Amino acid sequence: MPARKLEENVFKALMVASTILILSTLAVILVTVAVKGLPAMSLSMVTQTPKGGFYLGKEGGILNAILGSLYLAGGATAIAIGVSLLVVLYLNVYAGPHSRLASFTRFSFDVLWGVPSIVYGAFGFTIMIYLGLRTSLLGGIIAVALLILPMMSRAMDEVIRMVPKELFDASYSLGATRLETAFKVIARQALPGIITAVLIALGRGIGDAASVIFTAGFSDSIPYSLLRPAATLPLAIFFQLGTPIPEVRERAYASALILTLIVLAISLGARMMTRRFTKHTVK
Amino acid sequence: MSQHVWQMRLVGDRLSAGLMRILTILSSLIVFLMAFGLYFRARPILALKPLSELLFSSSWHPLKGDFGFLPFITGTLWVTGGAVVIAVPLCLLAAIYLSEYAHRRVRDLANPLIDLLAGIPSVVYGMWGILIIVPLVKDHIAPLFGSLSTGYCVLSGSIVLAIMIFPIIIHVSAEIFRTVPNELREASLAIGATKWQTVKHVVMRKAMPGVMAAVVLGLSRAFGETMAVLMVAGNVARTPSSVFDPAYPLPALIANNYGEMLSVPLYDSALLLASLVLLLVVLGFNIIARLVLIRVERSIQ
Repeated sequence: MPARKLEENVFKALMVASTILILSTLAVILVTVAVKGLPAMSLSMVTQTPKGGFYLGKEGGILNAILGSLYLAGGATAIAIGVSLLVVLYLNVYAGPHSRLASFTRFSFDVLWGVPSIVYGAFGFTIMIYLGLRTSLLGGIIAVALLILPMMSRAMDEVIRMVPKELFDASYSLGATRLETAFKVIARQALPGIITAVLIALGRGIGDAASVIFTAGFSDSIPYSLLRPAATLPLAIFFQLGTPIPEVRERAYASALILTLIVLAISLGARMMTRRFTKHTVK
Repeated sequence: MSQHVWQMRLVGDRLSAGLMRILTILSSLIVFLMAFGLYFRARPILALKPLSELLFSSSWHPLKGDFGFLPFITGTLWVTGGAVVIAVPLCLLAAIYLSEYAHRRVRDLANPLIDLLAGIPSVVYGMWGILIIVPLVKDHIAPLFGSLSTGYCVLSGSIVLAIMIFPIIIHVSAEIFRTVPNELREASLAIGATKWQTVKHVVMRKAMPGVMAAVVLGLSRAFGETMAVLMVAGNVARTPSSVFDPAYPLPALIANNYGEMLSVPLYDSALLLASLVLLLVVLGFNIIARLVLIRVERSIQ
C-alpha cells in the first residue's frame, strides 16, 4: 500500500475515533446522570420543599428549587423576548442592509454571547447595589435576562434574515407600514425560528448557576415575592453535592436528573417545534 | 376619516421606529455598561493598590488586605490550556470527518447530539466530573505517571472543560469548512491528490483563519467557565506545578466567595475587579475571533 494511502487510512480512522469519542461522552454523561439519579428519585423530591434537617438527610424535596428555576428562567425569558423581538425586528425591517448600527449591534451581541455567566452575575450584582436590591428573584431575573438576551437575539436574527425579500415587498405594496410588516408578516413568517430561539434561551437560563449565585441567593421556601431570595435547581445541586452526608448527595444526583430532563425536554421541544411549523412557512 | 386612520398608522410607525431604535442602541451598549459598572465597583481597590501588584502578587490574604490574583490567574491558564490541548485535536478531526467524509445521514444524526452536549448545564458537567473524571484521574491516570493526586486537580478541570467546549469548536469549524468552495476540492482531487491530501493542503489551508477563530472562541469559553471547574479543580490558592496539582481558577474564586465578600473590607471590590479582568480578557479573545470570522464570511461573498 502506498504511503499516502496509508496516511489517508490512518487519519480517517483517527477522525472516526474522535467523533465516536466525542459522541460517547454525551452518552456517558447521560447514563451517569440517569444511573445515579434514578435510585435517589422519589415523589417527595418533586412535591415537597426542604423540611427541618433536610440538609442532614431528613425529609423533604426540592420543589422550592424547581419552581424557583422555572419562575426565574420564565421571567428572564419574558423580558428577553420583549427586548430581542423589538431589537431584531428593528435590525431587519427598519435598519437598512448597510446600517452601521445594525452591524455594530450584531457584533456587540456576538461578543456578549461569549461573556462568561459569572461576569453577568457580578454585573447583575452591581446593578442590584445601584438599585438598592438585595439577593432576590428579581435580581436573578435581571442577570439571567441579560445573559440570554444576546443568544436569543442572534438566533432570532438568523431566522428573520432568511425571510425572503419578496415578502417585504409584497407587504409594502399592499400599503402596510413597516410596523405592520414587522409584526404581522415578518414575525409571523419567522415564528418557528423565533420559538426555537426562545426555547434554547430558556434552557440555558434554567441551567445556569454562575449568574444566579450572587443575584438570586437561595431559600428553602417556594418563591412568593420578586423581592425575596429564590432557590434554583443548579444551585440546589451544587449545595447538596457540597455536603459529606450520603443521603444529601444522593438527592443531588436526583436533582441533577430532574434538571437534565427539564433541559432535554426543552431542547427536544425546540427541535419538534421547528419541524412542525416550518411545514407552513413560505419558502 | 380614512385619512385620519392613515395618519394614525403613520404616526404609529414613526413612534415605534424611534422606540425600537433607542432599544437597539441601548442593548448594543450593554457590553460597555458592563465594563463600566464593574470598573466603577472595582475602583476602591484600584485606588489603594497598583494594578501590577494585584495581578502579579501571589499573596492572597483578604483579612489582611492582601489581594494578589497571581495564583488564580495561573490556575486559570493551566486549566484552560489543558482543555484546549485536549479539545482541539479531537474537535478538528471530528469536524473534518463530519464535514468532509461523513455521509449526510451520519451528519444529521451527529449534529443534534452535539447540540445536546452544548445544552447540558455546567453544574451537571461538574457533578459528572466528580463522579467519573475525578476518580479516574486519582486511581488510574495519576498513578500511571507515578504521581499522587486527590483527583481534584488541573487535569480533571481540563478534561471536563474540554468536553464543554467540544460543541462550539466543532460547530464553528465545521461551518468554516463548509465555506471552502467545492471547486478547490475538485481541482485538487483532479490532479490526483487523495482526499486526505486535499483536506490537509487545500481545505485546511483555506480554512485556517476561521479554524483559529473557532479555537479562540472555545478557549475563551473555557476561560470563563465557572461551576464545573469550581467543582473539580480542587480550589487551592497556589500556582500549580503539574497537571496533578489542584488549581483555583479566577471564575471559581469569584463564585466561591460571594458569601463572605460583603463582610470583609475591599473583598467585594477585589472580586468585581477579578470579574472585570475576566470580562476584558474574554472580550479581547471574542473581538479578535469575531473579526476574523466576519472577514472569512466577506471573502466568500
